[in-house]
Amino acid sequence: MIDVQNLTKHYGPVTAIRDVSFRVEPGQIVGFLGPNGAGKSTTMRILSCFMPASTGTARVAGFDVFSESMEVRRRIGYLPESVPLYSELRVADYLDFVAEVKGVGRAQRKARVGEVMERCHISDVSRRMIGKLSKGYRQRVGLAQAIVSDPAVLILDEPTIGLDPQQITEIRALIKSLAGDHTVILSTHILPEVSMICQGVVIINRGSIVAQGPIDRLVEEFFPTARVHVQFAGPSAAVREGLTRIPGVVGVHDEPSSDGLASYVVESARGRDVRGEIFQLAAQQHWELRELRRAGMTLEEVFIRIVAGEETEAERATATSPAAEAPPPAEAPA
Amino acid sequence: MKIWPVFKKELRLYFSSPVAWVVMTIFLFIAGYFFYSIFAYYTMASMQSAMNPQMSRDLNVTDSVFRPLFSNMSVILLLLMPLITMRVFAEERRSGTIELLLTYPVRDGAVLLAKYLAALALYVLMLVFTLLYPALVIYFTRPEWGPLLAGYLGLLLMGATFLAVGTFASSLTENQIVASITTFGVLLFLWVIGWSAEYVGGPWGRVLSHLSLLDHFDTFARGVLDTKDVIYYVDIIVLALFLTLRSLEARRWKG
Repeated sequence: MIDVQNLTKHYGPVTAIRDVSFRVEPGQIVGFLGPNGAGKSTTMRILSCFMPASTGTARVAGFDVFSESMEVRRRIGYLPESVPLYSELRVADYLDFVAEVKGVGRAQRKARVGEVMERCHISDVSRRMIGKLSKGYRQRVGLAQAIVSDPAVLILDEPTIGLDPQQITEIRALIKSLAGDHTVILSTHILPEVSMICQGVVIINRGSIVAQGPIDRLVEEFFPTARVHVQFAGPSAAVREGLTRIPGVVGVHDEPSSDGLASYVVESARGRDVRGEIFQLAAQQHWELRELRRAGMTLEEVFIRIVAGEETEAERATATSPAAEAPPPAEAPA
Repeated sequence: MKIWPVFKKELRLYFSSPVAWVVMTIFLFIAGYFFYSIFAYYTMASMQSAMNPQMSRDLNVTDSVFRPLFSNMSVILLLLMPLITMRVFAEERRSGTIELLLTYPVRDGAVLLAKYLAALALYVLMLVFTLLYPALVIYFTRPEWGPLLAGYLGLLLMGATFLAVGTFASSLTENQIVASITTFGVLLFLWVIGWSAEYVGGPWGRVLSHLSLLDHFDTFARGVLDTKDVIYYVDIIVLALFLTLRSLEARRWKG
């Protein structure tokens, strides 16, 4: 549904995105992740036909965003990051304008606008001036204008920013309910949001794609082993030894712990749960087991690993002066 | 071409902000004052001419009422029209709404035309209100229709030119004040450029005089309809709108 190939965009001497390629399958919700300034908004502006790319091609709903821009625009709903709305218009009038401009027929328009306001929970402010609305309402009006023509593809730039926790939950539920009939690409830097509502993820950093695919596969790729946290109040050397001997365990790492207990992360082959064996071992040896839990391998960790990894690599590449190689200063005591 | 929805939206924006109301009110107030004083003077002159047949021969309502009225109105328009067009693109750019507007399935040209026609509609409405003045004149005396219509056509064309130049200026900036001052500056310069025509003389003098907004309007105000003047205004309108379209396109590439 969205097919981006080798997209590059220069703003004068600055390269915002470099050689970006990714695909989004129909009916999927894909999260576009990256730190601030990574090029998320630039990519979305190109996809939404607001500005052309310097080089490369992007096809949305089967049409090229540059040469068949009108066809693309008929099939997308776009919510820019800043949620730009006409503050002097009333909510219902504004949505009616958007619906008309996007080709919703006169007959269906009123019903359609009402339906969308219901869906975005803004019916109670339909006669209010947009400029007088709170940030949360504005955000929802912005989302409403994106979906009012029932477009096949939705491009949402940070749709939940500036909302309170309850509104965030509502908007996420709304976006999730769009999957299937609609293809959604949404950018965010809130990682749990992506794991919650997206099937796939595209991670961008410093203008280039660094990882993409279904979330489970990415996690698997970056954490090939299953991991278990354990904590003992027992003889640390013996415990360590014992844990290593458990069949299937490929590594035992010490973990810093604040209360003087011995903590470890036990790595084993993926799909193999060693928690039973650890418990048996502790029971046999009369070691006092304080904690035993599976470590969640989240997207967050993947993201931090990728982005942080990139950063240190880049630093290493640029660190040529002796000052940069000096050991880091000791951390100040808390 | 989806001009209609954007046109409606523009008109709605004009009337939901105070600018259109203020501009219209002030225009009608000052134009009304000019009409009153010119017409009162004409009444006085015609009463005096009742005793002086020599004077009454030169007195006619077209020359003594409408010509000065139209000239005065054109000066008010020069001052007020930049305020109508200043927000057209500058405000969309400042508030970021242009990013949505230019991703809706409407061509840039249609957006431009809708915005320009909305500004023009507002101006036509202003002119319609001023029809009260000729209506009053017709009640008391019998003016000639031809020169009156020519005068209004001149006002319409000149105003449309002001709006086109203003639209172009508005597409160049995010700042409404910059847009309006630029418009005013350009219009004022085109207004006075003819003044130097006299002492420049020769072909260059004719060029300067031809460029002058004022000289072309004066023909209309006198009640003369000359295609040369119509073409002059249409040329400037087309040129300004064409440049606006280019400017929109250039802005897209810059992002």
